[in-house]
Amino acid sequence: MSTLRAKLFGLLTVLFLIPSRLLAEGKISNEVLVADTRHLHGLEAWWGNLYNDSRVQFALLTIIVIPTSGVILGLIADQFMKRLGIDLKKRSLSEH
Amino acid sequence: MNMDALHMLMPIAGIPLYWPGLIILGFGVGIIGGFFGMGGAWMVTPGLNILGFPMAFAIGTDVTHMAGKSLISTMRHAKFGNVDYKLGIIMMFGTVTGFECGAQLVMFLEKVGSINFYVRWAYVVLLTLIAWTVFSDVAKRRKKEREAVAMGKTLDAQATGLEWHKTLHKINIPPMITFKTAGIRCSMWLPVMVSLFTGTLAGFLGIGGGLICMPALIYLIGCPTHVAVGTDLFNVAVSGLYGAATYSYKGRVELLAALVMLVGAAVGAQIGTVATKYVKGYGIRIFFGLAVICCGISVILKLVGASFAQVKALTDTTATVMILSVVSLMSLYILIEFIKGVREERRQSFAKQAKAARA
Repeated sequence: MSTLRAKLFGLLTVLFLIPSRLLAEGKISNEVLVADTRHLHGLEAWWGNLYNDSRVQFALLTIIVIPTSGVILGLIADQFMKRLGIDLKKRSLSEH
Repeated sequence: MNMDALHMLMPIAGIPLYWPGLIILGFGVGIIGGFFGMGGAWMVTPGLNILGFPMAFAIGTDVTHMAGKSLISTMRHAKFGNVDYKLGIIMMFGTVTGFECGAQLVMFLEKVGSINFYVRWAYVVLLTLIAWTVFSDVAKRRKKEREAVAMGKTLDAQATGLEWHKTLHKINIPPMITFKTAGIRCSMWLPVMVSLFTGTLAGFLGIGGGLICMPALIYLIGCPTHVAVGTDLFNVAVSGLYGAATYSYKGRVELLAALVMLVGAAVGAQIGTVATKYVKGYGIRIFFGLAVICCGISVILKLVGASFAQVKALTDTTATVMILSVVSLMSLYILIEFIKGVREERRQSFAKQAKAARA
């Protein structure tokens, strides 16, 4: 129950409070940028067109792709580290 | 991709980029981020500039890659038991409010017209203070160690040089909270007020906050070094993800570049995080202090360049070269510590297996 409460608490934080943190980080100019897709093909052309057509979908896909790739790459790196013979579950040294 | 094999056309920015450079940059920042618990924006921006990235995309791409990289490091730190989620979530509230206060202060100073002067000098003062704190802490702990040796004793592994957190823990305004992972019990208002303070500074200076939050977790809250690194990375991962959303909505993210950097960062972040297993907490603190000094010198060089136009090109180039050299040297040091640690761990593991086989 306490874990669930902590998760809900965290979700609310992310949804309502984090925006102001990032708004404070830097100013973004309001000029509209357009990707030149004339020389692109396949997936790159599709991605460039998505950027030009819908920034909402572009943003949504970005925030799905990045953590997913992070988790996948992290798990692959995990396997590699395990093969090296490193204990990835505990850190024996506990000091300041 | 119609460039030569080492260049990749960025579909949004429309420029060809040297992709091995992106992987190397991601790898280096991944190592340092995982080791120190920082997002590392101050290191990535000059690196992306050198690779020819347009400034408009540099920040957004950096924040996006930072979200993925910090997530990888947080996952690893969490498995080592280095992330105090309760503390991280509580601090997030104070940090966000503080960021807002910092942003308001910036807007006020913009009206007065002296924003650049105050921000740059505040940055220099803050970095000097952090570096002074780190090295005076190290010096005090060494003094305690020498005294213990003189008395024929061994200093407790948990002992610290500066003990400001002990005084702050005496504040007993309810509710009192126990943070199990960090191993501390204090008033809930302590992390809230500390994060409000660090958040205000970060919002005022316009930086991610890891550079300020990590030492605050150690010296004001009393977190062990490893837990401070892990908890700070948890915060960076959450805010980085929101950053990725807001910057991509505004069209300032080159996802392809972020993904290429993430390939290098995935390996680098693991190495940096695992290296914390083999380096003592105080070793991490010393290198963090050195990183802060280099960051401070680069800001001073930029200040000099802003004041004297005739040397601007020279000081800006020197600042960039210095930051990238520091990143390379620190990554190399952490990599060497990692390799030494892995060798030792494997040697112990084989010795244990051989002993079991003999028995």
